[in-house]
Amino acid sequence: MAVNANQERFAYDFERPILDIEKHIRELSERAASEHEDLSAKIEKLERKRDRLLEKTFKNLTAYQQVKLARHPLRPHPMDYIGMLVSDFIELHGDRRFGDDDAIVAGLGRLDDRRAMFIALRKGKETKEKIAANFGMPRAEGYRKALHKMKLAEKFGLPLICLIDTAGAACAAAAEERGVAMAIAENILTMAGLAVPIVVLVTGEACSGGALGVGVGDRFAMLENAYYSVITPEGLAAILWKDSDKAPEAAEAMKLTAAHMLEAGIIDTIVREPLGGAHRDPLVTSRNVEQYLTKALGELEQTPIEQLLEERYRRYRNIGVYRTAPPAMEQAG
Amino acid sequence: MLRFGKKKKAVPDGLFVKCDGCGAMVYRKNVQELLHVCPECNHHFRIGAWDRVELHTDEGSFEEMDADLLPCDPLKFVAKKAYVDDLKRDTEETGLSEAVICGTARIESRPVVFTAMDFRFRGASMGSVVGEKLTRAIELATERHLPLVMVAASGGARMQESALSLMQMAKTCAALQRFSKSGGAYVSVMTDPTTGGVTASWASMGDVIIAEPGALIGFAGPRVLKQTINQELPPDFQTSEFLLEHGFIDMIVERKDIKPTVAQVLSYLT
Repeated sequence: MAVNANQERFAYDFERPILDIEKHIRELSERAASEHEDLSAKIEKLERKRDRLLEKTFKNLTAYQQVKLARHPLRPHPMDYIGMLVSDFIELHGDRRFGDDDAIVAGLGRLDDRRAMFIALRKGKETKEKIAANFGMPRAEGYRKALHKMKLAEKFGLPLICLIDTAGAACAAAAEERGVAMAIAENILTMAGLAVPIVVLVTGEACSGGALGVGVGDRFAMLENAYYSVITPEGLAAILWKDSDKAPEAAEAMKLTAAHMLEAGIIDTIVREPLGGAHRDPLVTSRNVEQYLTKALGELEQTPIEQLLEERYRRYRNIGVYRTAPPAMEQAG
Repeated sequence: MLRFGKKKKAVPDGLFVKCDGCGAMVYRKNVQELLHVCPECNHHFRIGAWDRVELHTDEGSFEEMDADLLPCDPLKFVAKKAYVDDLKRDTEETGLSEAVICGTARIESRPVVFTAMDFRFRGASMGSVVGEKLTRAIELATERHLPLVMVAASGGARMQESALSLMQMAKTCAALQRFSKSGGAYVSVMTDPTTGGVTASWASMGDVIIAEPGALIGFAGPRVLKQTINQELPPDFQTSEFLLEHGFIDMIVERKDIKPTVAQVLSYLT
C-alpha cells in the first residue's frame, strides 16, 4: 500500500515506525525499478517486518489511541462511504422550520440497487467546510432536518441508513435557544417507532445524545476503530478531573471501544477495518461497510414491520445493568 | 411537614438559611412553610423526590414500585473516585437506593403513575436503574391506561455508566412512544436543574410540559457552555422563563400550584 505525503504529515506517533518502514520499502522499490536491481528479498523482508509491527501496534492499542484513530485526519468520513458506495445520490436540504445544518447530510440514493434514505454526520474536511459543519456537531436544525427526512422515508417506505461520526451535539447558545435537547428527544422517540427498517453504523466518533439523536435502529454496528461514549474523553476528564490532559484515563474508564460495545450488547456487529485503520485502505473498508449494510437491509426487508418494531423495542428495552435487592430481612422488635 | 429526604438536607439546619436566589437570610421555618420557596424572591429551593410525592400527590396514595432495583458498576468505573464508593455514600447520605422513585398515586383523586427524580443522588443522573425504573413505570401506565406524571431534575447522563447510560434515553423514549401511541396522557414537570440526556429524552416529551419558576433547563450545563463559547450569556439564559419565551414549555407554575394544575390538565386529557 502506498504511503503518501498526507499519511506522513498526519501520522500519529504510534503510526510513524510503520510509515518509516513503508518509506524504506518505497525507496527500495523505486531503486529496483530505476536501476534494474533485484531487491525483492530485501523488500519482502521489510514487508514482513512491517506486518509484524502493524500486528504488534494495532492489536494492542490503548483506548485513547483507538479514540485517536477514530478521529484520524485521513479517516474516511460518512460522506466518503456514501461517495464510494451509493449511486445516484441526491441530497435533500432543510428542516422546514428554521434552517439547514451542514453537520447532518440527508439524501436519497441506491446501495446495490436498493433505494434508501441516508442520514450522514459531516465534520467537514477543509477549514471552511469544518466551520460550516460546526466540526460535525449538529444544532437543533440538523436534528429537525434528519427528522423531516426520516418521516419522508417512512411515508415512501424507504429504509433508513444512518452513518454516525460526531463528538456530540453543538454546545452553543444558539443550539440551546433553538432547543437542541428537545430536537434530539423528538428524534429518539420518533426513530423508536418509525415504520421502516433502520440501520445505524458508527464510522468514527459517537458521543452523547448528539449521536443518539440520529442513532436508534434495528441494526447497530460500529467500525472496528470507532468508539461510543457518553461524552468525549476530554469532556469527561474536564468534568471529573478538571483536567483535559486526563483524557487517556477517561477513555479507559468509559469502556468505549467497539469490542466493549459488542460485549455489552449495545451493538450487534463490528465491521472490520484493515489493520492500522480505515484510512490505510478506504476501499477495503468501504467494501466491508457495503457488505454489512446490504446484509442487514436484506434481513430487515424480510421482516414484517410489526415484528420489526417489536424487536426494535426489545432491543433497547433490554439494555441496562442493575441488580435486585434481596428481600429485606425481618427486623427484630 | 415535609419529610425533605431522610438524612442529607438540601437546606442546611439552622434558624436562618441563605437564599440561593436573592442572597437574603431568611427564616428557615418560613421557607419550609412555603414548601421550600424563598419568601423574599420566590426562589424555588431544590427538594427531594419524597417531597415531590408529598407535595404533588394525594396524601397516603403513593405506592412505590421497583424500590428493590439497585445500581451496579458495569464498567468497574474508577476516575478520581470509584463509582461504587460514590453510590455507597449517596445511598447512606440520602436514604435513597437510586436517583428516582416511581409508583402509582392519586392526584386530586385521579389515579396516575408518578415518578420523581432526586438531585441529591448522583445529581439525579440517569443510569441503568433510573432508565429501568422509569421504563417500567411508563409500561405500567400504558398497560393500565393511567396518565403519567413525571417530575424531572437531572444533571444528565450517568457518566460512570457511559454508553449504557445513553441507551436509557432510547429505552425511556421507546416506552413513551408506545405510551403515546396508545393514547396515554403525559404531563412532564421540569424542576431545577433539568439538563443533558434527560432534557434530551423523556423530560421534553410531555404532552404538556410544566416548569417551576427559575429552574435551569437546558442541554449543555452552564459551566461547560460558558467555557466552550467564552461569552457572557443573558441572566435568564436556560431558565424556565427563557424556555417559555422560546416556545419549549407550556407554562410556568409555582410549586404550591403544581398539583391542582396537573389535575386540571389531566381532566381534559383523560
